[in-house]
Amino acid sequence: MPDSLPSDSVGLVTPQTLHFDEPLKLACGQVLHSWDLVVETYGSLNQDHSNAVLICHALSGHHHAAGYHSPDDRKPGWWDTCIGPGKPIDTNRFFVVSINNLGGCHGSTGPNTVNPETGELYGPDFPVVTVQDWVNSQAVLADRLGIDCWAAVVGGSLGGMQALQWSISHPDRLKHAVVIASTPRLTAQNIAFNEVARRAITSDSDFHGGRYYEHNTLPRRGLMLARMVGHITYLSDASMGEKFGRELREQAYQFGYDAEFQVESYLRYQGERFSESFDANTYLLMTRALDYFDPAYETDNDLARAMAQANCEFLVLSFSTDWRFTPARSEELVNAMIAARRKVSYAEIDAPWGHDAFLIPTPRYNAIFSTYMARVAREVGA
Amino acid sequence: MRADLEIIQQWISPGSHILDLGCGDGTLLYYLKQERQTTGFGLEINPDHITECMNKGVAVIEQNLDTQGLSNFDDDSFDTVLMTQALQAVRRPDIVLDEMMRLGREGIVTFPNFAYWRLRWYLMSRGRMPESETLPHKWYNTPNIHLCTFRDFEALCREKNFRIRNRTVVDGEHQDHWLSRLWPNMLGQIAIYRITRGD
Repeated sequence: MPDSLPSDSVGLVTPQTLHFDEPLKLACGQVLHSWDLVVETYGSLNQDHSNAVLICHALSGHHHAAGYHSPDDRKPGWWDTCIGPGKPIDTNRFFVVSINNLGGCHGSTGPNTVNPETGELYGPDFPVVTVQDWVNSQAVLADRLGIDCWAAVVGGSLGGMQALQWSISHPDRLKHAVVIASTPRLTAQNIAFNEVARRAITSDSDFHGGRYYEHNTLPRRGLMLARMVGHITYLSDASMGEKFGRELREQAYQFGYDAEFQVESYLRYQGERFSESFDANTYLLMTRALDYFDPAYETDNDLARAMAQANCEFLVLSFSTDWRFTPARSEELVNAMIAARRKVSYAEIDAPWGHDAFLIPTPRYNAIFSTYMARVAREVGA
Repeated sequence: MRADLEIIQQWISPGSHILDLGCGDGTLLYYLKQERQTTGFGLEINPDHITECMNKGVAVIEQNLDTQGLSNFDDDSFDTVLMTQALQAVRRPDIVLDEMMRLGREGIVTFPNFAYWRLRWYLMSRGRMPESETLPHKWYNTPNIHLCTFRDFEALCREKNFRIRNRTVVDGEHQDHWLSRLWPNMLGQIAIYRITRGD
């Protein structure tokens, strides 16, 4: 944390764990009878409970979206650039709810938590949950918090899919869905990258079929490789070029296979750090949730018919150099909304950082996001 | 209130689904939503205008008519397709008009008249490309790459078998004036056309 707290920070925040005994029926057929969600909130709920905004996280995200947990924290929450007083999601006006999804590894019920039925960690026995399951669990959370209708459900990437699913599954429980750098379904190429990541993990000899906790080990090499390949898809050729180019760590080629280029060393560092902090089973689960997401699956591949179930207004944003979920994917979604006569606004933001651009503030991104959310705030009397 | 908004509004039935090509800052769509409870979208490429549309609550799609076309919209998906002061700035006005008539039952088009007497006089007396309050750019940097006259436009509509249902000719401030009604192609600065398919 910086020595003095910036005035646009939500400051020190404390996550809370909410326990649920409402049975949650999952898409796979299993039922979670007892489950926890870890939640952070910023700002305060107004009297008529109309100013709540739900933040949905992406693959490796969690509930800690803004502010600091302790003065010693080096970095704030993962979306601190967009959440805070005076920021696009203005905590002076909105009550912001940010959660760790089921199957996550930051405290909510998932593979690395105890299965109450066995007293053991779930591990690989934790059911494969879907975006739809997450949204249903978030709806139960909304009930608990006394929120009948979100002012907006907001997310980037996999988070955007949740916002989209909300609009279809619970059309009268949100006024706006903000879908950033997302896609209505993964392409074969997207699934292929996920498969490489999963194979890296499952083929690690320390994986032990997902029961690595019992063996007191972690599939570090597999998770590291998974993160490395994932990380490449989050950046753009141009941004990697600008950051690393062909820069070497030493003066000259070493004629070996250690990390000689800066980009190699960067990827290894990122991968290693991630492999210590993230759960491999959760990584498998999150990538599978991505693969399965396809709201048009239920409407004979007619996305417009799927979108016709929605009632809310949409803001869809894409980034010019995002090659993971390209602007064309967002446009496909927007076109389906147009065909379904849903109210949608769309912009493609010029940004060099590839998929990661949704986490990085630029003047135009900030202007659009702030303007749109300010109108949402006016509409709901926040 | 801008006079052209008032005129266009009269041609829009309540609850219409409309598309505005080059919707600018969303003023027209916002006005029509208030006055006529319309739904629909604006297309725009100017970032500041797009943001302003969002501020007004006008649904705006970032889409470039020249490079992206309109193929993402279905046939007959709108009651009215609007294009105000943008026809002269697109790469192929004829194709855009075809598309307007494919997407909408009706089209409303406004554009500046290059045969307006001041422009004619400017060219004749100075021998240089005319500039005016309505057309303030230089020949080399103007976005208005396909200027035409009322007669040109009407000839194109005949060629395409589009029916001109209404035409209102106004001055630079969008005011109706008896002089511009008297001799439109000489004395009118801006025309507002309402067109439909001829069949």
